[in-house]
Amino acid sequence: MMDKMIFGRYVPAQSIIHRLDPRSKLLMIFLFVCIVFIANNPATYALLVVYTFLMVSLSKVPFRFIIAGLKPVLWLVLFTMLLHLFLTKEGEIIFQAGWFKIYEEGLRQGIFISMRFFLLILMTSILTLTTTPIEITDGLESLLHPLNKVKFPVHELALMMSISLRFIPTLMQETDKIMKAQTARGVDFTSGPIKERMKAIIPLLIPLFVSSFKRAEELATAMEARGYRGGEGRTKYRQLSWGFKDTFMLLLLVLLALLLFLLRT
Amino acid sequence: MSMKPLVQLNNVSFQYDIQENYALQDVSFEIYEGEWLAIVGHNGSGKSTLAKLLNGLQYPQEGTITVDGMLLSEETVWETRRMIGMVFQNPDNQFVGTTVQDDVAFGLENNGIARDDMIERVNSSLNKVKMAQFLDQEPHHLSGGQKQRVAIAGVIALRPSVIILDEATSMLDPRGREEVLETVRELKETHNMTVISITHDLEEAAKADRIIVMNKGKLYREGTPEEIFQMDEELVKLGLDIPFPVKMSKLLKEQGISLSRHFLSEEELVAELWTSYYNK
Amino acid sequence: MDILLQQVEYRYQANTPFERLAIKDVSIDIPSGTFLAIIGHTGSGKSTILQHLNALLKPTAGKVIIGDKEITSEKKQKNLKDVRQKVGIVFQFPEHQLFEETVERDICFGPMNFGISEDEAKRRARIAIRQVGLSEDILAKSPFDLSGGQMRRVAIAGVLAMEPDVIVLDEPTAGLDPRGRKEIMEMFHALHQERKLSTVLVTHSMEDASRYADQIVIMHHGEVYKKGTPEEIFSSPEGLMELGLDVPEVVRFQQKIEKAFQMNFPKTCLSVEQLTEEIAALVKRGEQR
Repeated sequence: MMDKMIFGRYVPAQSIIHRLDPRSKLLMIFLFVCIVFIANNPATYALLVVYTFLMVSLSKVPFRFIIAGLKPVLWLVLFTMLLHLFLTKEGEIIFQAGWFKIYEEGLRQGIFISMRFFLLILMTSILTLTTTPIEITDGLESLLHPLNKVKFPVHELALMMSISLRFIPTLMQETDKIMKAQTARGVDFTSGPIKERMKAIIPLLIPLFVSSFKRAEELATAMEARGYRGGEGRTKYRQLSWGFKDTFMLLLLVLLALLLFLLRT
Repeated sequence: MSMKPLVQLNNVSFQYDIQENYALQDVSFEIYEGEWLAIVGHNGSGKSTLAKLLNGLQYPQEGTITVDGMLLSEETVWETRRMIGMVFQNPDNQFVGTTVQDDVAFGLENNGIARDDMIERVNSSLNKVKMAQFLDQEPHHLSGGQKQRVAIAGVIALRPSVIILDEATSMLDPRGREEVLETVRELKETHNMTVISITHDLEEAAKADRIIVMNKGKLYREGTPEEIFQMDEELVKLGLDIPFPVKMSKLLKEQGISLSRHFLSEEELVAELWTSYYNK
Repeated sequence: MDILLQQVEYRYQANTPFERLAIKDVSIDIPSGTFLAIIGHTGSGKSTILQHLNALLKPTAGKVIIGDKEITSEKKQKNLKDVRQKVGIVFQFPEHQLFEETVERDICFGPMNFGISEDEAKRRARIAIRQVGLSEDILAKSPFDLSGGQMRRVAIAGVLAMEPDVIVLDEPTAGLDPRGRKEIMEMFHALHQERKLSTVLVTHSMEDASRYADQIVIMHHGEVYKKGTPEEIFSSPEGLMELGLDVPEVVRFQQKIEKAFQMNFPKTCLSVEQLTEEIAALVKRGEQR
C-alpha cells in the first residue's frame, strides 16, 4: 500500500532544484501558494503552467514517476472540476442534454480551479521529491530561528522532527514484521467485518507501543551517553548555504508574480 | 602494555529498587590503559549493570568508581562520559542521525566542537571504521554490522580513553560480528585504544588480553583467556561455552592423547598433534 | 504435510521504481518429517523463502504447494487460515509479538484464532509452557514482567500451542546466551524427533545446521546455491568459504589437520566426538610406528 505512494518521498538526483537551499525552496512554495491566486485568465494560467513545468523539468525527476505517484490526488482534482462544472450556473449554456446543462462559467471555473489545485500539488511534490526530509527540517529550523527570542523551543522541535524522520522507516519495518507474526498466528488484517478488523488492531498496536517505548528509552540512554544535554552549547554540523542560484530562483518567482499582475484581468 | 590503571572499581555494590538480590555485589577490579578486557557472564550475571555504572547511567550504592583518577559522581559524569565511549547492543536504537555523517557528528555537536574540526573528525573516524564511502547513507539501508561500525565511529570521534562494547555484537550475523571485532582489533592495535567488551560470546572473549567472569553479581574469576578457559566444565555450569580448540583438546586427552595443555588456538593444537605424531 | 516450492520467484514492490528481486528459481522439497536448515548471508533471500512457507507472501512466479493448497501469483487465495494453522512460524525475536495481559491468554491467542475452544486452548497452553521449559505458574503472569529469555520461550509456546504440522524457525536463538541457545535448539530437536514435526530452520549457525538438520539449503544472492545432506554440503567446504560463509568448526579443524598431516580422512566428520576418534586413531598409529 505504502509502496506506491511517492508523496513525501525523496528521489535522489543531481539537479539545480536538488541543490537549492531548502530555505529558498520553502520560501518559493510559500510564495507560489500566494501567487497562484493572482491568475484569473487563460494567459496567466498558461504562464503558471509554463513555470511549473519548467521547475519539473529542471528537477530531473521523471514525469511519469510524478504522475504515477500523484494518481490518488488526481481523482480529487477531477472531482473538484466536476463539482464546478455541474454546480456553477452562470454564463451561457454550452451543452444541454435534457435537464442536464453545462454553463460556460462552470467550464471555465472547473478548469481554472482544478488547474490551480493541480499546480499547487505538483509544486509541493517537487519540493518533497528533491529535498530530503532532514533538509526540510533544517530549513524550517533556520527560518523559525527568530522565534527563539519569544522562547519558542525551535531546537527541541527540530530534533524531535529529525528523530521522527529517522525512525519512520524503522517503525514501518517493525509494523510489517509484527503484522506478519500475528497473521501467522491467525489474525486477519485484510478481510472480515469491520468489528473483527478493529479487534485485530490490538495485537498489532500493543507490541508496537511496547517496542517504541523500549526504543525511546534506549535511544535516550544512548543520547545521554554521547553527551546530549539539551540545545545549549551545542554546535551544528549541518549547514545551509544560500547561494546565487537561490536568490536567482526567488527573483524568477517574483518576476512571475509581476507578470501575472500585468496580465490578469 | 603499560600497567597504569585507567578505571578503578572499589567494592562496588548495586541493587535495583524492585529486586531483592544485588545486581552487583562487592565488585573490585582495575582496567589498564591499552588493554582489551572482556567481561563475560550469562544473561543476568550483572555484566550489563556494570556497563551502566561505568557510564554514569546509574551510580553505585556502595563503593567507588574512579576514571583517570577522578571519582565518578553526578558532578563529574559529563567529563567521564567524554572519556568512556559506549556502544550499545541494538544497532537501531543508538543511531540518532538521519544519515551516517550526521550520526557521527551527534556527539561532537553535543560537546560543542567547532564545525571545521567536526568535519575533520567525522571523516577521519569514519575512515578508521571503513565506512567513509557511506557518508550520506540512511540507517535503514545499512546492515547491522555497518550500523555498529558507525556507532563506533561516533564514539571514537570524541577521542575517548576507553570504549565499552555492551553486547555490541550480540544482535549481528556472523559477518557483521566479524566486521565489528576486526574494527575494534585495529583500533586497539593502531591507536592504543582501551577496550572493554561485555559479552557472552566466547570467541570474542578469547581475543581479549584479560577476561573477567561474572556470576550472580559477583566477580567470579579473573585471568588471561588461557587461564579462564582451563575452567572448562565450570564455564558451562555458569551458562557459558568453551571455545572449540579447548573442547577438542579435552576430548583428545580423554581418548588418551597426551597434550601439554588445553589449547586456545586451533593452529597450536594442530602443531602439537603433528609433533606428537612424528616425534614418537 | 509436505511443502513444495517450484521455481519460485519473488519481487518486492513489483512494478514500481523500487522493484527488487529477492529470490528466483527457488525449488525446494520439504517432505513431511524433514528437518531442513536454510543458510545464507543476510539478504540472501532466506527470510523471503520463509514467508512463502505459510503464504504470507505469494510468489510473483512459480508455485508453492502446501499440503493440498497450491499458491501461485494468479490465484486469489481464500482460506489461508488452514495453511497458517498447519505451518507455524517462530519469527526472529518472537518476544516482540507478545501483547496479552497474561502469558496464558497470549499462548491461547493463536489457537483460538483458529477456532479452538477456550478450554482446549488452555489445556494446550499448559502443555506448551512445559514444552518450552517453563513452569505452569508463569501462565498467570504478565508477559512483560518476564526476562528476555522467558519471553522468547512464551512466544514459542504460543506457536507450539497451535499444534502445527510444520514449524518454521527464523533465527530462534538470536541474542541468547550460550546456555539459552543450546536449550532452545535441543527442545526443537526433541520435538522434531518425538513428534516427527517437520522443522525448517533459518539460521546463520553452521553448527546448528550440521548438528540438527537432515537437509541443508544454501542460499546465495536469491538463488539456491547448493542443497543436500550435511555430509554432502560440508564434504567440499571450499565453495562455502568462497561465499564468505562459515563452515562448522569441526569441518574447519579437520581440514587443518588434513593439511598439516597431508592426508585425508575417509569422510567428513560432523561431530567433535567423531573427529576426536579419527584424530586419536591417527596419532596412535603414529606412536606405534
